Amino acid sequence: MKTINKFTMTMESCSANEYFARAAVAAFVTQLDPTLEELNDIKTAVSEAVTNCIVHAYKNSIGKIYITVEIFPDNLIKIKIRDKGCGIPDVEKAMEPLYTTVGGERAGLGFAVMQSFTDHISVRSVIGKGTTVTLNKKLELRVKCNA
Amino acid sequence: MSVKISVKGEVVTAYLGGELDHHSAREMREAIDTAVELNIPTLLIMDFSQVSFMDSSGIGLVMGRFRNLQRTGAALHVTGTSPQITKVMKLAGIGRLAKMDLGGFEIENDK
Ligand SMILES: Nc1ncnc2c1ncn2[C@@H]1O[C@H](COP(=O)(O)OP(=O)(O)OP(=O)(O)O)[C@@H](O)[C@H]1O
Ligand SMILES: [Mg+2]
Repeated sequence: MKTINKFTMTMESCSANEYFARAAVAAFVTQLDPTLEELNDIKTAVSEAVTNCIVHAYKNSIGKIYITVEIFPDNLIKIKIRDKGCGIPDVEKAMEPLYTTVGGERAGLGFAVMQSFTDHISVRSVIGKGTTVTLNKKLELRVKCNA
Repeated sequence: MSVKISVKGEVVTAYLGGELDHHSAREMREAIDTAVELNIPTLLIMDFSQVSFMDSSGIGLVMGRFRNLQRTGAALHVTGTSPQITKVMKLAGIGRLAKMDLGGFEIENDK
């Protein structure tokens, strides 16, 4: 499939960047004229993936987070969020709703949010090497109104 | 991000504002927990009407406060949630997880 547009950024895993990451992705996606709900879905899913890099992948350290957003024909958006952190031992288990390795203030719903707010999610992870989360979302093609 | 606490009798209200994520949740949590410890309310109201964005960190914030309130049997009301926030809350099955009634997120404790 042909890429129409692409955006890449790298940032440190500081929690202050959670806001920046979702805002930057939303700003890039705005060129497709998404609905407010679609834009919020994307922001929420990105926020989950980026927060996981900060909270889990680089638990007690600071590392790099790599974000790529690609736009394909028919308003298909592919968002890749990658870290070189600790990795996930059992991805299937990690994706179960309410599963969390950090008790207390975490609900264990990050993957559930990503799953239901996008059309497709794939997670690749290697222990000690890192994790890549890929989120696909197809925006509704809206009927142009000339009135 | 902002949090304002108001205390009226046995009711503590936390007016939250801005974007609620992992980064901003900490300050909100500390402000609410301090107010609850100090005032031992029978009802905590978390007012989301000025919150423009929330991810699952917000669910953690609500669930964590709910757990704390269970010690004294106080009730928790979550109000003013925007469509985006309502969508995240619903996904969390707030009504299913604990004894919570989803109609307007009136979260009541058993006692
Ligand atoms: N990038 C990552 N690197 C390492 N481990 C991860 C990563 N992302 C997720 N995990 C693991 O998967 C678990 C589930 O993640 P998920 O986002 O669903 O829940 P959570 O982050 O624990 O809680 P919440 O997102 O609700 O605050 C995490 O507790 C963590 O153990
Ligand atoms: Mg998470």
